[in-house]
Amino acid sequence: MEIPYTVKPRPDTGLYNAKLGIWLFLASEVMLFGGLFSAYILLRVSSDLWPHGMVSIPVGTFNTFVLIASSVTVVMSWASLKLGKLSAFKGYMAATIVCALGFLGVKSFEYYAKFTHYDVWFKDEATAKKYFTAAYGEKGEEATRKLFVERFHLHNTKATYDANQIQLTGHLEGNPMFATLKKLTSAKKDTILFEADPPFGTHDHPKAIEVKLSDVQRLSAYVPAHSTYFAIYFTITALHGLHVLGGAIVLAYFLFTADHWWKKSPEQMANRVEVGGLFWHFVDLVWIFLFPIIYLL
Amino acid sequence: MSHDHSHSHGPGEACDHGHDDHNSPEYIHKTIRKYLKVGGILFAGTILTVAMYYVHIPSVAATIAIALLIATVKAAFVAGVFMHLSDERKMIYSILLCTVCFLISLMGLTLWAMNDFPFFTLVDGKPF
Repeated sequence: MEIPYTVKPRPDTGLYNAKLGIWLFLASEVMLFGGLFSAYILLRVSSDLWPHGMVSIPVGTFNTFVLIASSVTVVMSWASLKLGKLSAFKGYMAATIVCALGFLGVKSFEYYAKFTHYDVWFKDEATAKKYFTAAYGEKGEEATRKLFVERFHLHNTKATYDANQIQLTGHLEGNPMFATLKKLTSAKKDTILFEADPPFGTHDHPKAIEVKLSDVQRLSAYVPAHSTYFAIYFTITALHGLHVLGGAIVLAYFLFTADHWWKKSPEQMANRVEVGGLFWHFVDLVWIFLFPIIYLL
Repeated sequence: MSHDHSHSHGPGEACDHGHDDHNSPEYIHKTIRKYLKVGGILFAGTILTVAMYYVHIPSVAATIAIALLIATVKAAFVAGVFMHLSDERKMIYSILLCTVCFLISLMGLTLWAMNDFPFFTLVDGKPF
């Protein structure tokens, strides 16, 4: 059976069917992301501590440029079809897919950096202070507090924070992903080598220290279970990333079947590309809000 | 909606413009120039947003307001030009009107619920 109204507009809606379909779908997508943005706002305003500077702004800015560029190329690919230029269409569509893969590559790199970065909380204040000194020398407690205060943008730096509230941040020996205290102890480990992050404002990594697992109260990589911040960060950015992946697959399908569709029905092909492009622009549109909210504010 | 190329239609069919207008090479060439301009505006908007972060405005409320304003302007350009919303059929506008109403209600409920949290949480008897 022929699918009706793939090229000609349906008289009552004035649209070809796919266009009506994609807009209904995008309307539901607005509510999907809207719900997550709403969750983000409520989680953030209700939390006592909200970390800052956990993601790299230059990396995020680069990815924003990549997505904007892909939005321009996808609309240019559609315009090329309208002008009857198949090879220009292919070039622009290929550029769009390269941008999509670039975006996902950078995002994977960002995720990997998070999955291998750890916070360690100690069982009591005296133990915590001992490790702060071991990591950063005599003024170790001060250096660790400074990192804590800067991460959470705490203005009242004189307020007392239990030292065992304050985490030691850094990398584990061998850079494993997703390690937990449970996994480490069940692997019959007593101690781990811990490379603490550089003190605030410097790039000098202090020497690795040995941490006894029996002194550790909690150890977590930057995964969703780490904190509310990372839970909502990964939920929203991973859902967005899946949209990028899905969009890229559809656009790649258009590129690889271009010759076939160009012979069969160039008008229908242009409409398909327009609809795919509408989805792609929506993904860009979501990122336009995500970028300032997650990276800058 | 008014169109600069609506001359071929009767007064009552503003949103029912003929298909030919949108397919003429002149029209497409004109839109291509528009797409490139909007691309430039989006790049500039991104640079502006990031620059604002490094300038560091002391008021948190102002920072959030400016960042969201720039994002909204960028989103309007994407939706209006790239997604052809500045020149669409009535049906799509009515779908989006519903969506906008629901989204505004959702954000309204969010703002309303924001007051339901205890402020000035105490840690060790002292406010954070």
